[in-house]
Amino acid sequence: MTRRFTWFNATSLTFGFVFLYLPILLLMIYSFNESKLVTVWAGFSTKWYGELARNEAMLSAAWVTLRVAFMTATLATILGTMAAWVLVRYGRFRGRTLFSGMIYAPLVMPEVITGLSLLLLFIAMSIERGLYTVVIAHTTFAMCYVAVVVSSRLVSFDTSLEEAALDLGCTPADAFFSVTLPIIAPSVIAGWLLAFTLSLDDLVIASFTTGPGATTLPIKIYSAVRLGVSPEINALSTILITLVAVGVIVASVLEKRWWSRRSG
Amino acid sequence: MTEQGGTSLTGTHQPQVFAPWLDETAEPIVEFRGVTKKFGEFTAVDDVSLKIHSREFFALLGPSGCGKTTLLRMLAGFETPSAGKILVEGQDISAVPPNMRPINMMFQSYALFPHLTVAANIGFGLRRERKSNSKVKARTDEMLKLVQMEKFADRKPHQLSGGQRQRVALARALARNPKILLLDEPLGALDAKLREQTQFELMNIQEELGTTFVIVTHDQEEAMTVASRIGLMNHGDLAQVATPADIYENPNSRFVADFIGDVNLITGTAGESAQENGEAVVVFHPDGGQMNFNARSPDGIQPGTKCDLAVRPEKIHISPTKPESAANLLEGHVHDIAYAGNLSTYHVRLADGSIVKAQEANRQRLGNRDITWEDPVFLSWESGSAILLDR
Repeated sequence: MTRRFTWFNATSLTFGFVFLYLPILLLMIYSFNESKLVTVWAGFSTKWYGELARNEAMLSAAWVTLRVAFMTATLATILGTMAAWVLVRYGRFRGRTLFSGMIYAPLVMPEVITGLSLLLLFIAMSIERGLYTVVIAHTTFAMCYVAVVVSSRLVSFDTSLEEAALDLGCTPADAFFSVTLPIIAPSVIAGWLLAFTLSLDDLVIASFTTGPGATTLPIKIYSAVRLGVSPEINALSTILITLVAVGVIVASVLEKRWWSRRSG
Repeated sequence: MTEQGGTSLTGTHQPQVFAPWLDETAEPIVEFRGVTKKFGEFTAVDDVSLKIHSREFFALLGPSGCGKTTLLRMLAGFETPSAGKILVEGQDISAVPPNMRPINMMFQSYALFPHLTVAANIGFGLRRERKSNSKVKARTDEMLKLVQMEKFADRKPHQLSGGQRQRVALARALARNPKILLLDEPLGALDAKLREQTQFELMNIQEELGTTFVIVTHDQEEAMTVASRIGLMNHGDLAQVATPADIYENPNSRFVADFIGDVNLITGTAGESAQENGEAVVVFHPDGGQMNFNARSPDGIQPGTKCDLAVRPEKIHISPTKPESAANLLEGHVHDIAYAGNLSTYHVRLADGSIVKAQEANRQRLGNRDITWEDPVFLSWESGSAILLDR
């Protein structure tokens, strides 16, 4: 395939990337701004990062968010992997289409509806809202993403490997943990990282299901911005973007490495 | 049919022939009793009964989709029979899960664990037996030596060639010292030269260990080379179970004669039979022909039965002049010559337009050959070389 450089291509590319990344880039640049005014550049400084480090409320919100994201990612990975396993391995069972449809539906479900329905459920069951209700809520949608990632890997998994493990004396559970899981590990880890980042930046569902004392970072930022944007928020956002970017890059590199190792 | 029928033809007159299947009282190591396997409406294996004896190298042969792999997978425990029983050493193993059977399998794709080294792959099954580390190590080394892969112990499967992977898969399947080793198209992924060499290695290893081998293959040459007996399958049925020599010389049906090797089939009717050298020789009237032939009929055939006369191309003699005293003679013109270096196959067109193949070894150089295209030729064969197949 010949890839010719044309002005049309170059223009499309530039416009696309500018559209996507200009706001983020501006936000990151202004996090190093000396001035308190977000729109006026007054020289380079890292003082807002220092300011952020002294902001107790922000730090506790960050800590809540990290805990929620970690628990969500772990729970979603376990449930999502199990769902993917059943969907791929147990072929055509009764109600499979319905089951797989219901697994993937939350991917396209409006967040407002997911959040509202969970809120109503928690109220109906009179569960006190707090950190754990956010974890449950995040797990419900994050596990769908894990199921998608893991099942795409399981589809190409040679079932004779599992049969070989059984043949060599493994019980089905032993075969799963000593053969299947190590082989699909890269996609399970990728699924975990995906769930982690999804939970990290969710605002809508978290604000529906959270309670007192469990303010997550996105909620904190959102409420802080309503009182006026401080460069502190820019600094915080820059850190968040970096975290998410690193997570996504690591996940995709793991997947890539795995594929190239297989084909090599 | 008489089981010994082939021995006079094979010419192997060893004092002690390994043939436990001739002994009616011998206890088989594996027995299929009326085993049927259905996948929905499709019957993959249809009421198969078969005995396999200890130390045998048994080949399940057949075209793809004939049910041979399903039969093997039922023995391994990956499929459960829809009906019938599978006995191993007299014990019904239907309820035994694959990990508890004294059977190991070598998979077509080799199914080596990509995340483990060669040594860890071979030791995988041993570790499941809760053996001590030193015992696992000793047995792994022994297996590496058996398949000559000592140097590659620390490699990962993706760093090995196809032939090396095949050896590791064999070593892994043998490590637990199974009573029965199942091989599912074990040489399918190897090139022709390596395949031939590996066939002999497999035979040597089997002889050395004395393990019962059951191999599934679609390659009739491979089955003929390695197996003590062949079970030829077609559409879920066992068409014939016999030694390679027997199945080649005494096929029991058109399908068997056609699947194993090359064969000329002439349709006609059986006539009177007479005893000749202790064998029934039957007169055969080909359809639309004036001349009759003589052929063997190991099963015995009623006069007037519609049947086929089967004769292998290499058993037909071709000559430009009419041979003296030939009981079975055909006349035709050379239509085509397939030159294969060591052999030439002559396609001879008879007066009625049908083609009969005759094969000759090229003892002389090509230039000195006295038969060429469009030559009138005579085809003849011994009565004992032709066989009548009931339809």
